[in-house]
Amino acid sequence: MNDKKSIYQPDIAQIVRIKKLTEKEKLFELSFINGREHLGHLPGQFVELSVFGVGEAPISVSSSPTRGNNFELAVRKVGNVTGVLHRMKVGDKVGIRGPFGNHFPIEESEGKDLLFVAGGIGLVPLRSFIYYALDNRYKYGRIIVFFGCKTSGEQLFTDELREWEKRQDMELVETIDKPCPGWEGNVGVITTCFPKVEINADKTVCLIVGPPVMYKFCLMEAKSRGIPDDNIIFSLERRMKCGVGKCGHCQINGVYVCQDGPVFRYSQIRDLKEAI
Amino acid sequence: MEMRVLAKSELSFLLDKILADIPMVGVKEREGKYIYDYMGSGEETCLDFDVTVQSPKRFILPPQEVILQFSLGEKIQVEPYLKANPQIIWGVHPYDIKAINFLDKVFQSENMDEHYLAKRRSTVIVGIDPLRASEKSFWASMEADKVDEGFDLFLTDIGEDYVITIGTERGRKILDKYGILTSATSSQVKARDSAKAKLKDLCNPGRKLNFPLKLLPYILMRGEEEEIWKEKAEKCLSCGSCNLVCPTCYCFDVQEEVSENLKEGRRYRVWDGCLLEDFAKVATGENFRGERYQRFRHRFYRKGLYLKKKYGEFACVGCGRCASACLPDIADPVEIFNTLYDSLKGVLTYE
Repeated sequence: MNDKKSIYQPDIAQIVRIKKLTEKEKLFELSFINGREHLGHLPGQFVELSVFGVGEAPISVSSSPTRGNNFELAVRKVGNVTGVLHRMKVGDKVGIRGPFGNHFPIEESEGKDLLFVAGGIGLVPLRSFIYYALDNRYKYGRIIVFFGCKTSGEQLFTDELREWEKRQDMELVETIDKPCPGWEGNVGVITTCFPKVEINADKTVCLIVGPPVMYKFCLMEAKSRGIPDDNIIFSLERRMKCGVGKCGHCQINGVYVCQDGPVFRYSQIRDLKEAI
Repeated sequence: MEMRVLAKSELSFLLDKILADIPMVGVKEREGKYIYDYMGSGEETCLDFDVTVQSPKRFILPPQEVILQFSLGEKIQVEPYLKANPQIIWGVHPYDIKAINFLDKVFQSENMDEHYLAKRRSTVIVGIDPLRASEKSFWASMEADKVDEGFDLFLTDIGEDYVITIGTERGRKILDKYGILTSATSSQVKARDSAKAKLKDLCNPGRKLNFPLKLLPYILMRGEEEEIWKEKAEKCLSCGSCNLVCPTCYCFDVQEEVSENLKEGRRYRVWDGCLLEDFAKVATGENFRGERYQRFRHRFYRKGLYLKKKYGEFACVGCGRCASACLPDIADPVEIFNTLYDSLKGVLTYE
């Protein structure tokens, strides 16, 4: 990275596997070519993904660094870059800058229970920490995952969810917002997951990622269960155009999300008016 | 600092000689206003301007600037574009030099931006003390009536002559090369010093902050909920004119284009503005500063608080260009900061 002449110069990576997750999301497994060995990220970080000729977009890394040199990006088709990415095939090449930003408190959370609260594609960055914790299972207490989606069709990583459900060393609570044909599980917004699990507030780290609308409500739930502000963690979405603290787009008041975030403890952003 | 002297009558001749060797940007008069532009001859330069419509920022951080070139196809190759041609900007007021010094800090701190720095390194800056202040300027209040660094040479008008203060070795070499060798006499230096001392009173008497500058961050810390943001922003057109003319605004967007043969392309950055509606909008449609007053307030907070915290300097130099450029006339920092001070002075805390 450091021998580069420009902070905006990406490395080239190749798509080695594509998996359709839903109608809107695909998972891309990437491998660097041209000599770079691995991404070297930590759970919660993001990359700037280039589709040459189209542009660049910030994408959170969905795989755990414990799982080999390749890395995975789960991407929703929502704009120009991601639209073209969705039409790409195995063997096609993209550009990668990063990893950027800070990461989930993987060390500070050791010995604690992890409560992952994922809304829709909020599961994408959390999945990195979930596998990191499963691969370092002895370091953490309980691993609890709340996963809420609007409909059952929007559930990502469904094969993995079925595996998680079977595992004895983690707890999964799923919900969808409104009843759907074929869905026999919980119905209700993500906050309805909280009463279904006993939480030991003193030793729980609650990690919340999802659409912005869900943050205030999940925060109220976490606080009402007595989880301290320091242990309520958010990953915030912003327009991280450059990733290196220059372009100005991702600022929350005076905070650059691409540098100081995207992961924040609630205690850090309590007084930031534009945060949540 | 070493000082030399140049007779005013020789200036145009000197500029012609320099121009033959290196492209030069200077101030020209156009329809009663002043602009920076490439000069064709020394005669074109105008050195008694009050303020230019735009700052010289565009010659170091261009409105559109290629940052990467790439080839498409089976083997994608990406090369950064770092070309920077030598140039001289002749006639930059202290507040605009201060603004460039600020940009230097932004682009050389943490992640070094070589695209900016390459252009900055290849640019010689020749400062000049203003003889007049524009109607809206308040640079004395922003402590930008003088600068100690950021220039290679600096001119002060002392009547028949300019005293030239040498700021860098590169500046000295230019004077040596073109035969400007006469040292300033002690009376000329005295004349220079007294001309500089008068600068702090050059702005219009009504154009000043009614409080010590160091209070500004504390005023803003208490001022987020003040009425003035919504009141003023009612009339905001979200046009970004204040961003466009600001010598310290540096936010940019990144765009891309492909040649018609689809074999190569370029990525370039373009100026962006935090007042524009989509500035903080993400791909999913969420706009994190969707209200006009939020964007309006954000810019003032960057100028007086956020960037001051990050870089140790205010991102406002008091040039007054935003106040002049704003069509609905709501963007005057003097009025806004003084109004905030008046309503908050009783409750300020200094931590």
